[in-house]
Amino acid sequence: MNRFSYHRAGDIAEAAQMGAEPDTRFLAGGTNLVDLMKANVERPTRLVDISRLSQNTIEDLPEGGLRLGAFATNADTAYDERVEQRYPLLSSAILAGASPQLRNAATNGGNLNQRTRCYYFYDTETPCNKREPGSGCSAIGGVNRIHAILGTSEACIATHPSDMCVALAALEAEVRVQGPAGERVIAFADYHRLPGDEPWKDNTLQPGEIVTAIDLPADSFTENYTYLKLRDRLSYAFALVSVAVGLKMEGGKIAKARLALGGVAHKPWRVPAAEALLEGQEPSADLFAQAADAMLQGAVGQGTNDFKIELARRAIRRALRQAAAGTPQSQTNKQVA
Amino acid sequence: MDHITGSQEQAAGTELPGIPITLTINGRKRELSVAPWVTLLDLLRERLDLTGSKKGCDHGQCGACTVLVDGKRINSCLKLAVAYDGAEITTIEGLAQGETLHPLQQAFIDRDAFQCGYCTPGQICSGVGLMNEGRASTRDEVRELMSGNICRCGAYTNITDAVMDVLEKEGAK
Ligand SMILES: Cc1cc2nc3c(=O)[nH]c(=O)nc-3n(C[C@H](O)[C@H](O)[C@H](O)COP(=O)(O)OP(=O)(O)OC[C@H]3O[C@@H](n4cnc5c(N)ncnc54)[C@H](O)[C@@H]3O)c2cc1C
Ligand code: SF4
Ligand code: FES
Ligand code: FES
Repeated sequence: MNRFSYHRAGDIAEAAQMGAEPDTRFLAGGTNLVDLMKANVERPTRLVDISRLSQNTIEDLPEGGLRLGAFATNADTAYDERVEQRYPLLSSAILAGASPQLRNAATNGGNLNQRTRCYYFYDTETPCNKREPGSGCSAIGGVNRIHAILGTSEACIATHPSDMCVALAALEAEVRVQGPAGERVIAFADYHRLPGDEPWKDNTLQPGEIVTAIDLPADSFTENYTYLKLRDRLSYAFALVSVAVGLKMEGGKIAKARLALGGVAHKPWRVPAAEALLEGQEPSADLFAQAADAMLQGAVGQGTNDFKIELARRAIRRALRQAAAGTPQSQTNKQVA
Repeated sequence: MDHITGSQEQAAGTELPGIPITLTINGRKRELSVAPWVTLLDLLRERLDLTGSKKGCDHGQCGACTVLVDGKRINSCLKLAVAYDGAEITTIEGLAQGETLHPLQQAFIDRDAFQCGYCTPGQICSGVGLMNEGRASTRDEVRELMSGNICRCGAYTNITDAVMDVLEKEGAK
């Protein structure tokens, strides 16, 4: 790790002011940032510790939604009674990720802002446009088993590794941020971005902006939902492919459908056309197959990750079946029903 | 990810002006001056001679460094010590009461829940954290909620037995 100074922020405004300066990073749980500093991928000259700021609570919103403080831990969020009861999809996705120890340290804001697990991004000996703009992408034509099949660019084919964010995308959460220029609210679909020709930008935060909270809408999925995560081990491993599904069933038909994929793109992947195709229909294997094809429209393998296209297709169909039947994937017993 | 991090030689953290912090470690209050880049794990091992907590991977991937902070289990290799100013830390050295082992330490012996023992301090601290959380009662739940601790010797079955023994005893109380 390089040498740096450490400052514990007194409030968001002070942190935002300091964070806008070059080579300064916010420290929350540290489970991603400290790791990247050990690998010399991040070499900040100053850390601003935001983990003790007061936005660490979970609060009801007047309209029936729930506000998740950015500095609440992933564990406290997943095990919050209101999250368990009203947003079981979110609880399930968080518990599918990392380990109990990591979830105890990791914060909600940090989870959104965690960086890719692309091997080359971590390896400072190899070219990587995300780490070093203009140096090239080692994953294209290299080993890309964990890389994206959707929304890639010629500059970068990395994925966003979060599980929590996949559920937040399906729940259509909003991200509240505060920066030197004030506060704003970002729709979850607009928070993360595709790599395009600026792969070093993971999301749409501006310099100095801090995530202060994540707002969950009142409208949720409490009966017909699932988070299905497929990975190389049953636990403590990032997703190769994951699927978050929320359905509203009315009179045997799907009244509302929300789907998001993880492990396949630079952001949680949603396709409104696939959701529209499901709505108003009776669940059936045919319908789910069509929805899976619509979700994966334009998917391209990169070589060692070609398998992900078929894996994702089957995972989507399976997840839709689980959600429609009201039998969500258990994150304890890993048998996929 | 196999880079030499240099954290060993930096670990002592004495060469540059440190930041004053107070930690209560295994019940003993300590006023320390620590450089910002020193992890909690390096502070415990290299400076305070509390070498029970192990460095397996130094990247959050194995759980050997698990300690309890205010009763919650975390990976001490990914935490900067300065960020924990004021916290209460319990390591494997702090679990026994005098000569009496913590019930989970005893259960690990009774159940032969280790071979080389390298992962064991982390496993036991993790198991204590699991009990504090109160989210596990079945074998499946214990297996899943102990999955943040890798055992290279593969003692998992006996580790699960040991944790189950204590959970059942506590439950019976
Ligand atoms: C071995 C291992 C396995 C893992 N497995 C999984 C997994 O299966 N699924 C999964 O989803 N995750 C997994 N993770 C990742 C883990 O979830 C993240 O590391 C964690 O969520 C990051 O949160 P943090 O608070 O520790 O962030 P930090 O490490 O403190 O910060 C991460 C980044 O976010 C920025 N940041 C933090 N908070 C804010 C904020 N409020 N506003 C603006 N910027 C902010 C920081 O500046 C930094 O750049 C794993 C991690 C490890 C080490
Ligand atoms: S995929 Fe993106 S992160 Fe990975 S090497 Fe290419 S540019 Fe870097
Ligand atoms: S040494 Fe901390 S998790 Fe491996
Ligand atoms: S007993 Fe050897 S690593 Fe677990």
